[in-house]
Amino acid sequence: MTAEHLQALNCYHCGNEVPDEAYHTDDKKFCCQGCKSVFEILSENNLCSYYTYNINPGRTENRRNTHYEYLDEPSIISDLVNYRDNDITVISFYIPAIHCSSCVWLLEHLYKINSGIINSRIDFLKKEVNITFKHKEVSLRQVVELLASINYEPALSLQDVVKEKKDSVNRSLIKKIAVAGFCMGNVMLFSFPEYLGLSNFEEQFKHLFGLLNLAFAVPVTFYCGRDFFISAGNGLKNKLINIDAPLALIIAVLFLRTAFEVITKTGPGFTDTLTGLVFLLLIGRWVKQRTYNHLSFTRDYRSYFPVAITTLREGKEKPISIAELVVGERILIRNNEIIPADSILMKGKGFVDFSFVTGESAPVLKVLGEVIYAGGRQTGEAIELEVVKPVSQSYLTQLWNNETFKAPDTKIVNFNDGIAKYFAIVTFVIAFGAGAYWFVSGDSGKAWAAFTAVLIVACPCVLTLSTPFTLSTVLGIFDRNNFYLKSTDVVEQLAKIDTIVFDKTGTITSPNAPHITFCGQLNDEEKVIIASLGRNSIHPLSRQIVKLVKADVYFDVHHFTETPGKGISGKVKGKHILMGNSVLMSKLVGEACFDTSCVHVEIDGGYLGYFKVSRQWRKDLKTLTNILGASNTLHLISGDNASDQEAVSVIFPPGTPTKFKQSPQDKLEYVAALQAKNKKVLMLGDGLNDAGALKQSDLGVAVTDDVNNFNPCCDAILQGDYLVKLPQFIQLAKDAIKTIKRSFVISATYNLAGVFFAVQGTLSPLTAAVLMPMSTVTIIVFTSLCTRYFTFKNKLK
Amino acid sequence: MNILYFLIGCSILMALVFLAAFFWSVKNGQHDDMQTPAMRILFEDDTPAN
Repeated sequence: MTAEHLQALNCYHCGNEVPDEAYHTDDKKFCCQGCKSVFEILSENNLCSYYTYNINPGRTENRRNTHYEYLDEPSIISDLVNYRDNDITVISFYIPAIHCSSCVWLLEHLYKINSGIINSRIDFLKKEVNITFKHKEVSLRQVVELLASINYEPALSLQDVVKEKKDSVNRSLIKKIAVAGFCMGNVMLFSFPEYLGLSNFEEQFKHLFGLLNLAFAVPVTFYCGRDFFISAGNGLKNKLINIDAPLALIIAVLFLRTAFEVITKTGPGFTDTLTGLVFLLLIGRWVKQRTYNHLSFTRDYRSYFPVAITTLREGKEKPISIAELVVGERILIRNNEIIPADSILMKGKGFVDFSFVTGESAPVLKVLGEVIYAGGRQTGEAIELEVVKPVSQSYLTQLWNNETFKAPDTKIVNFNDGIAKYFAIVTFVIAFGAGAYWFVSGDSGKAWAAFTAVLIVACPCVLTLSTPFTLSTVLGIFDRNNFYLKSTDVVEQLAKIDTIVFDKTGTITSPNAPHITFCGQLNDEEKVIIASLGRNSIHPLSRQIVKLVKADVYFDVHHFTETPGKGISGKVKGKHILMGNSVLMSKLVGEACFDTSCVHVEIDGGYLGYFKVSRQWRKDLKTLTNILGASNTLHLISGDNASDQEAVSVIFPPGTPTKFKQSPQDKLEYVAALQAKNKKVLMLGDGLNDAGALKQSDLGVAVTDDVNNFNPCCDAILQGDYLVKLPQFIQLAKDAIKTIKRSFVISATYNLAGVFFAVQGTLSPLTAAVLMPMSTVTIIVFTSLCTRYFTFKNKLK
Repeated sequence: MNILYFLIGCSILMALVFLAAFFWSVKNGQHDDMQTPAMRILFEDDTPAN
């Protein structure tokens, strides 16, 4: 099938299949009213270039929230905006739908749709748009509604309001690298004449060059190298020698000896080594710090919660921000809104979808007077609730009050810091030994030279480079295999894992493409009736059912109604048909199928049977558990009831500890108990209910099917389809640590060669200046070749 | 050969100017987003009339 042919069959806007001819305009076909109306807005405003940069650039979005009244409240506005004066307002939105260059083009041409918008800039990787508008001409609410109308609804969550300003750590590091690089280049320039040998005539420049070099060394030591001194000092305060301690010592010795030699005119000093060292160290830090801008590892419940909520005060609706919500307040929750605090249902019928919390997407029926926990999403009619607990004290959110979330992240001790202590001791023994030998021999000048030279040459700089380079290469490989780690430290953590805890729902079950079977009898006409009704709904289950039934012709549907959280109904060929869960049925349906993951069918009052939606396990789970089980202990904990026990026992090796009906707090404690037994725990989870366990574990991996979706706070994000590669990921991490250890041996060899000259007090600045870059190059070549090899061996991309 | 003193001064000064320019670009946020400008440059200036 050619691309053009495909285009003709699919929606012009989003590329989905077009079910019928109902929506078309200018000979372009659309799959739904939403796509058509976006096209109309764009063509009215002459923005059809949107469709020329990419084929079917749009996305069908389930409109979640159409109520933006709260954006008219001044207090909420001032929380959201970045800047506001008399005329203009600047605001940033996170828009999850941004995915291609067409999106960038369209969102940067918003001013063509509304002249009140002065300009809009996109940051593609962060999926962020920065909009400047005249608030006298267009209100914030209108801007958001405009974005929503073209299917680019911004995600406005509580975390936006408490947006922490992005740290400028990276910028200051880049500045330091620039200064170090600048000084290094100039120092090289002034050191070369000395290396090549100066004629008598050029001798007059020697002292000038020395002084200039010293001048360049000052900012390198005190500005660029400051972090090493601070970190070493902090370590010593806690009676700990970290890798920065020997580095700080070497920088200090290099600088002092250089200053001494230059000022007393006894030699050229080691400025080139000093500047080169600091420059390389900073590069190593930078490589280590590079992270993914487009992924967030630090989200908590605040990202899931809305900014504002509608309260009912004396019968009047008033939007207030979540923070102002107090116990006893009456709140109104409309279809598709999230319940922000534990509350009692006062009016209406609650069909609450707890998929954010538990990963289970089937809505739960709640009746009057029942307590509904925070984090649920109402589907169906609007309901009224009375708040019984403040937002921060709710069942779900109190998890974040747990100590695990308050303690700073100190769980990682890496190889470098572990070895730094021994390194420092050995270096000192050699340095003092050499110094003492020459002092006793009566050559105090050589004693000083040998002592300092040993310290200079024994630099663990290669070590501090090999780790970030190896680990960041591994990070890049994981990235290509859809496994995203928070930082390079996580790779070291991954190599140590010996216990793996699985969550069930959403982690080892696949939320997409459920397996549907029909229980009952259907004749051909009934099949067509079901398909005709089902294709009018965009609910994923309806679409699956239409696919399953497979009708060639369709009948017209009249009086089509969709009741969110219940099902669909309509009149087809004069027959009244109902499809949905048991509540929608006119009669009480059988005992066996009271499960919410059933779609019942009723035609003209006659019950026909139901579509059974069974859970779909992820592919190759059995192989995965077999491989992982060989070298790790496996555990399974689930928030659900034990109904899947049988299926689970087939997948996991016999004897796997399995726990059902675990609350978020239980999960956290379960992991903590394993850790108390000195286990290194890797937790695989997906929902907010795993957030505590993910945080508590030594390595929390969030399994998700859309990496840009919301996921709980974790150390790594893994795309669901790649779960089977987990054993390879762990093996590669182990291999990477092996590589680092080997490179340490190589660098030690270089150091020993340097020490040979150093103890004799004959280390020339030239030898030092050559040794350092040479060992660096060797190590970087070695580590990158090794990582390539191991990647190939582990069959990763 | 005293001209060398002058030249050395000039070279350092020029290097400092470039360093300052780099600092300015970092402060200006020119290195924050490396992806979007690469897409933006390929857009046509004017939308062809439909």
